[in-house]
Amino acid sequence: MGAMSPIISVSNLSKTYASGFSALKSVDLDINRGEIFALLGPNGAGKTTLISIICGLVNPSSGTVTADGHDIAKDYRAARTKIGLVPQELTTDAFETVWATVNFSRGLFGKPRNPALLEQILKDLSLWDKRDSTIRTLSGGMKRRVMIAKALSHEPQILFLDEPSAGVDVELRQDMWQLVRRLRENGVTIILTTHYIEEAEEMADRIGVISKGEIILVEDKTELMRKLGKKQLTLVLQQTMAAVPAALAQYNLALAADGEELVYTYDTKAERTGITSLLQDLASAGIRFKDLNTSQSSLEDIFVSLVRERK
Amino acid sequence: MSAMAVNIHAIRAIYMFEMARTWRTPLQSIVSPVVSTSLYFIVFGGAIGSHMPTIGDVPYGAFIVPGLIMLSLLTQSIANASFAIYFPKFTGTIFELLSAPVAWWEAVIAYVGAAATKSVLLGLIILLTATAFVPLRIEHPVFMLFFLVLTAMTFSLFGFIIGIWADGFERLQVIPLLVVTPLTFLGGSFYSIEMLPSFWRTIAYFNPVVYLISGFRWSFYGLADVGIAISLAMTLVFLAVCIAVVGWIFRTGYRLKN
Repeated sequence: MGAMSPIISVSNLSKTYASGFSALKSVDLDINRGEIFALLGPNGAGKTTLISIICGLVNPSSGTVTADGHDIAKDYRAARTKIGLVPQELTTDAFETVWATVNFSRGLFGKPRNPALLEQILKDLSLWDKRDSTIRTLSGGMKRRVMIAKALSHEPQILFLDEPSAGVDVELRQDMWQLVRRLRENGVTIILTTHYIEEAEEMADRIGVISKGEIILVEDKTELMRKLGKKQLTLVLQQTMAAVPAALAQYNLALAADGEELVYTYDTKAERTGITSLLQDLASAGIRFKDLNTSQSSLEDIFVSLVRERK
Repeated sequence: MSAMAVNIHAIRAIYMFEMARTWRTPLQSIVSPVVSTSLYFIVFGGAIGSHMPTIGDVPYGAFIVPGLIMLSLLTQSIANASFAIYFPKFTGTIFELLSAPVAWWEAVIAYVGAAATKSVLLGLIILLTATAFVPLRIEHPVFMLFFLVLTAMTFSLFGFIIGIWADGFERLQVIPLLVVTPLTFLGGSFYSIEMLPSFWRTIAYFNPVVYLISGFRWSFYGLADVGIAISLAMTLVFLAVCIAVVGWIFRTGYRLKN
């Protein structure tokens, strides 16, 4: 396997549930080795179905998936050995101790016992003090840590985090992202789904957007931000305005805040943003302003507008 | 890595996990079946048995021992194995098994192995308990052990199927309560099939449990309602059917994967 070949390759993957609901429609997706890939999409878009198929929890209706070159159906042992999954739901064995359940996970994935490694994982997740506690006595955040420890116990090369921040406090979220970064430094590929778009914006190398069972966009995060990133210049006027003067029509200005603000939307990647001429024209039209600010559209804005476009 | 022919670590992990569950709940797993079996001995063996004639040359109290062990063995094998696989389904922890590099037959060996181990141990404990109440003789000890293990395995496998099929706690109980318990009571636990009127005797031969109890009792006293070869064959057929059903379940993902 070359270093540049995708670590996960999904091709023509479809899933129609028995109810007739079509959760995935002919999805193609490559995940690069060693990247953090964020899969964004509204509820019911097919994020969890896609992850569940790759991890072996759901049978696909058609299509293929390979993990590190191994077909997930024909060569499931080799494929699954590479993969760790932290599911969305907190499903743990209530009556087991943390130590027992993490050991169990490692064995289940075909690895010999390795207490030193598990100790390190538990320490990294601030669980070492809780190793002899039964899981039901732990808080929700601690249970989430246990789920992560279980998924890491067999040293996976690919880690799936399905909505990892759902119901998690700030401290754990930051611990988790630190861990994710450390894992990536060690060459682990991470695929996460999230509703916290700022998280994807902060963490991910690449972003995929899924909507109604179709991947509608896969893009480098910075590229995506640049390509779709629009900037807005807001001018707070000294005197309210009823309508944009005809002399300024070419700038497609919008009035906001009951005529107190003029908003100019421009493209950051364009050679000429038009700001200089706009300001000159404003001055010659005698329009004075008391304040101005610029803002860049966030990934969330991009995401919302993308999903809206499809509707 | 891909040459991992058998995931021994996984089989061991599941097996140990299941056994640990037993030691954690000794009252439910070991003490309660022993107590209820002892009650049978006191009521049927002591109180009623003293007014019953011997069957062949076997006193009634001793006669019911193999049937009582079978009763516990069937009930406990099914309960152990069905709960072992139903509970992870109920709580959702089964996702881990489904996402692990574990072949279906490895999961079956581990779960069914653990359930069968528990019920064999339980059968032996009941056997020991019985010696405190009635005089026992075992004419074919090796066959007795073999039959104990074979039955425990077969019915643990059957329980495993029930656990996968069940989609609620009620369904988990339906087959053991409404099918297995009646079949066991009517299967000659407490009497010889020969004692039945001929019509009911014919009906009884359709009851698979008759063959189990008869074969098992033969290993104790050399007495059997049906030939030992037939008993053995019937048990093996049931085992084969269960294996086939479990194989089908995992191949299709029935009730496990959407």
